[in-house]
This record gives sequence, C-alpha cells and structure tokens, in this order.
Amino acid sequence: MAQEPIIEAVQLTKVYNGHTAVDHLDLTVYGGEIFGFLGPNGAGKTTTLLMMLGLTEPTGGTVRVMGLDPARHPLEVKASIGYLQENMGFYRDLTGRQSLAYIAELNGLERKIAQERIQEALEAVGITAAADKKVVTYSRGMRQRLGIAEVLIKKPRIAFLDEPTLGLDPEATNRMIELIKDLCRRHEMTVVLSSHFLNQIQKICQRVGIMIEGKLVAQGPIEQLAREKLGVGDRTYTLEEIYMQYFQEH
Amino acid sequence: MKGFVAIYRKELSDHFSSYRFLILFALIAMVSLITAYLAGMNMAKALEGRVKPSTVFLSLFTAAGAGFSLVQFVTFFGPLLGLLLGFDAINRERNEGTLSKLLSQPIYRDAVINAKFSAAVTMIALMLAAIILVITGLGMLVLGVVPDAEAMGRLVVYFVISVVYIALWLAVAILLSILMRSVATSALASLALWIFFSFFVSIGANAVANSLTADAPPDDPAAIVKRARIENALSVLSPMVLYTNATATIVDPTRKTTRSVIQVGMMEQLSMARYSGPLPLDQSLLVVLPNIVFLICLTVICFAASYLVFMRQEIRSL
Ligand SMILES: Nc1ncnc2c1ncn2[C@@H]1O[C@H](COP(=O)(O)OP(=O)(O)OP(=O)(O)O)[C@@H](O)[C@H]1O
Ligand SMILES: [Mg+2]
Repeated sequence: MAQEPIIEAVQLTKVYNGHTAVDHLDLTVYGGEIFGFLGPNGAGKTTTLLMMLGLTEPTGGTVRVMGLDPARHPLEVKASIGYLQENMGFYRDLTGRQSLAYIAELNGLERKIAQERIQEALEAVGITAAADKKVVTYSRGMRQRLGIAEVLIKKPRIAFLDEPTLGLDPEATNRMIELIKDLCRRHEMTVVLSSHFLNQIQKICQRVGIMIEGKLVAQGPIEQLAREKLGVGDRTYTLEEIYMQYFQEH
Repeated sequence: MKGFVAIYRKELSDHFSSYRFLILFALIAMVSLITAYLAGMNMAKALEGRVKPSTVFLSLFTAAGAGFSLVQFVTFFGPLLGLLLGFDAINRERNEGTLSKLLSQPIYRDAVINAKFSAAVTMIALMLAAIILVITGLGMLVLGVVPDAEAMGRLVVYFVISVVYIALWLAVAILLSILMRSVATSALASLALWIFFSFFVSIGANAVANSLTADAPPDDPAAIVKRARIENALSVLSPMVLYTNATATIVDPTRKTTRSVIQVGMMEQLSMARYSGPLPLDQSLLVVLPNIVFLICLTVICFAASYLVFMRQEIRSL
C-alpha cells in the first residue's frame, strides 16, 4: 500500500535554548496511510508535528509536505493539514456550532458548504445535541470531539492528530478509530497519529515511528519491527512489547 | 489579507458583547453627557439675552461642567479605553490555546494582529464619534447654537487626533500582551506605563527644568523662559502633553500656539494678540501639525514593534 511520500523530513532538528528536542530526524509518511507516532513524554513528537505544520521553525534540516516547504508556503500547507492539538483551546463564549463556523470562515469556505460540513462533522463526532450550547459547558470529552470536528470540516488531505482519543469514553474511542479508518479509506486522507494508547495504534496503523529523546529509533510497518526486535515468526505480539523493547534499550 | 475579515468580525462581535466594553461605554457616555449638559446650562445662563458667538459651540467641549471639561476627561480616560481593549489581545489566546489553533489555519500570521488592532481602533472610533455626536445634539438643544462648518471641521480634527492618541495606548497594550504571558502582568504593566508617561514625565520634566535653572534668581525672566523651554522639550516624551497641547489649540480657536504663555514672545504677550480674534482652522492645524505627526509616529512605532515581535515569536515560547 506504500505509495509516494507525502511528508518527508530530512535531518530535522529543533533546539530549544540549548536543549535538543528533535535530533536529526529522518521521517517519511506515505500518502493515504495511517502513521503511528509513538514515544515517551517529552520525546519531541509534538515539536515534530509543529515543524511539519510550519508553526515552529526548525533549527536545522528540512521538511517537505506535499513537496512544499511549510516555511515558504505556509498557507498551502496549512490549508491541507488538519491539526488536532494536544491541549486544544476553544473560545468559551462561542457555541460548538459557532466555533466550527469560525474555523470554516478562516478556511475561506463558502457559507453554504460550511453549513453542510458543520452538520456532517457534528454528526460524525456525535455532539449534534450539544452543538448550540456554549463550549464552556462542554465536558472534557465533548471538547475533544469538537476539536476533531474542527479538523473534519477542513476536509484536509493530511490530519495530524495529537492524542485524539484522550478523554474519550470507550464507545467514542471505538467510533473515533472507525472514523479515522473510514476517512483514510474513503477520502484517501493521510493521518499522522500520536498516541500513548498502543493497542489502538496497533489496530489502525500500518506503519509506526518510535521516537525517544528526540531521535527516531525505529520506523516501519509493525510486523517488520516485530520481526527485527522480537524475532517472532507466527507468534502473536503486541505493539507494547516492541515499544518496551526499544524503550529499555535506551 | 487572508483571514483578516474573519478575525476582524469575530473581534468586533467579541468587543460588543463583552461586559468590559459595555460598562466602559456606559461610564464614558454618562460622564460626558453630564459634563456637557452642565457646561451647556452654565453657558446658556451666562449668555442669556446676548448674541452667541459661533465659537461658543466648541466651549461645550472645553468648559468645565462638573469640575472638568470633556476634553480633559478624554485626555485622562481615553488611554484607559485603549489599554482595556488591548492588554489581553494576544496572551489570553495564547493561554487558552486558541492562538496556535488560529495560526494552524490557512491565514497569514499578521492577519491576527492587524485584525485585532483594527477592530479595537474601530471600537474607539465608534465610541468617540457617538459621544461627539450626542454632545453636538445636546448643545444645539441647550444652547440653541448650530455649529458652523468651521466648528464641525475642528471637531473632526479633534476626533482624528483623539483616535490616534487612544490607538497609541492600544498599541502599547497589545505590545505588552505579546511580550508577557500572564494577562494580569500585562494589565498591570500597561497601567504602570500609562501612569508613568502621563503623570511622571511632566513632573519629572518640571524637576529637571527646576534643577537646571536652580542657580538663577527666581524672578529672572530669562531663567523663567529657559525653564519653560526645557520643560516643554522634555514633556514631548509624554503623549498626554502632546495630545493636550494639540487638542487645546484645535478646539479653542483663540489659542494660537501649543506652547505655554511664558514661552510666547514678549511683543506678542504685550499686544495680547493671543486673545483677540479667533484663528482660522487651517492656521490652527498648522500650529498643531508637529504634535499630530509626533503622536502618529509614536503609534506607528508601537504597532510596528508589536508586529515585528509577533511575527518572529516562537509559537510555544514565553
Ligand atoms: N517552548 C519550549 N521551550 C523549551 N523547551 C521546550 C518547549 N516546548 C517543548 N520543549 C521541550 O521539547 C521537548 C519535546 O517536547 P514535545 O512536546 O515535543 O514532547 P512530546 O513527545 O509531544 O511529549 P508528550 O508525549 O508528553 O506530548 C521536551 O523535552 C520539552 O521540554
Ligand atoms: Mg505531545
């Protein structure tokens, strides 16, 4: 299923006041795949996503998103990436629907198209009933769902989902996983998913990258990593085993 | 300008629906109405049965009603309006996590700051225009004088200078909201700056002037003039002084200089030309032009500084 690369990072580096957050990272994400981005807290996953979005300037190295440099073509890159932040914020005094309408307006969507997409997105994440309540009154999980809806209305070619299932109830988590799979299959969306829930990643990701202390220590299909690290043939393995193996080596 | 319109609209509606703005507007409207009404009543009584000179209309703005005049009121509280509209412009969004969401949409980064500044300036202009119009109406009712083209022109110039003056403090507040992460800190810092430049600079200018001319005898006219000169030169650092001098000359056609009485030439003082006959508007404008230019420069510098800092700022830093 591996086709042509849609995101390519070469020797990507980010230094925050003397502390290297991302260290000469080489990473390739292929079009249409779901890429799992793993690593302990503070490994540099969010920093990497921010550099690929063009929100943070790399200290060194290059990124290309659909062949474009995010620093040179910020609008094109941002228009085609939907970004779900790890600690996303909302305008408290807007309702869910108004928040989505604002995002749609910022993306230059026509009013009519925007309304359709908002309705679709609200239904997809299951917060239609609360759509006209202010965001202040939302629970943690409802905000998370609204955040995902904000990504959906852009209909982006690429989605960066930083901890998308954090705070969701089990039913919503399953629904989210199905939704991501579906988007990928039907709309050929590429998804980069950063998460600490390894069993979810194992369920939906074709390829994963494991990042530890700013370095990408592994990258590839899960089976391949399992063969390399655990040396298993037909034995069942979990992503968690692989991850712990890498983690202990460092 | 991708994104400008969307953000501008949102900012405006935020301002209109915020209690902060409504309370402020109610307060300013009330004070200015009462002041102008009292001033108007006093004048109507004083001028009863006499032909009213055309300049009387402008006196509505300069005559003290309840202890202070409208022009003085705007001079003191206008900056507060600017500060209140801007002190949390950027850092609130940064703290709530909406700034990075905004910037991850396909908009130019400067659209954010341009739209926020423009929306706040729009609010300032609307507020001032409303006050000036209401007082004009009130003046026609109480005094029975219709402002002539000249008076209207002066009011328009007064309006423009005032918007620039308040926008200067808005720009200062926005700059601080970019530089400081905490909303409370930027609020305090902007208040401190306002107090410093509005009050202490003139007090400081006075002290410096006094100490520089300390060895001259107190009644030496040359020393008095020198002291006034130094004070005047230093006070240029205070936007409040710049603004006061500019507006006083604009709304009072009999004033012919932005300088203090002491600094006016001997001959001019003797002839009392200063108090005879009003100055035409274009002449008044010429007199205050340096002040206006200086105020605009200060505003532009402050805004440019916030612009530069914001464009280069690391999204996760501070
Ligand atoms: N503004 C900043 N200034 C200095 N250092 C920073 C800044 N932001 C992040 N860092 C550092 O960069 C490193 C990587 O952070 P990052 O947020 O990318 O980690 P992460 O992999 O997303 O972690 P998590 O799983 O907890 O979300 C951390 O060591 C962090 O301390
Ligand atoms: Mg993170």
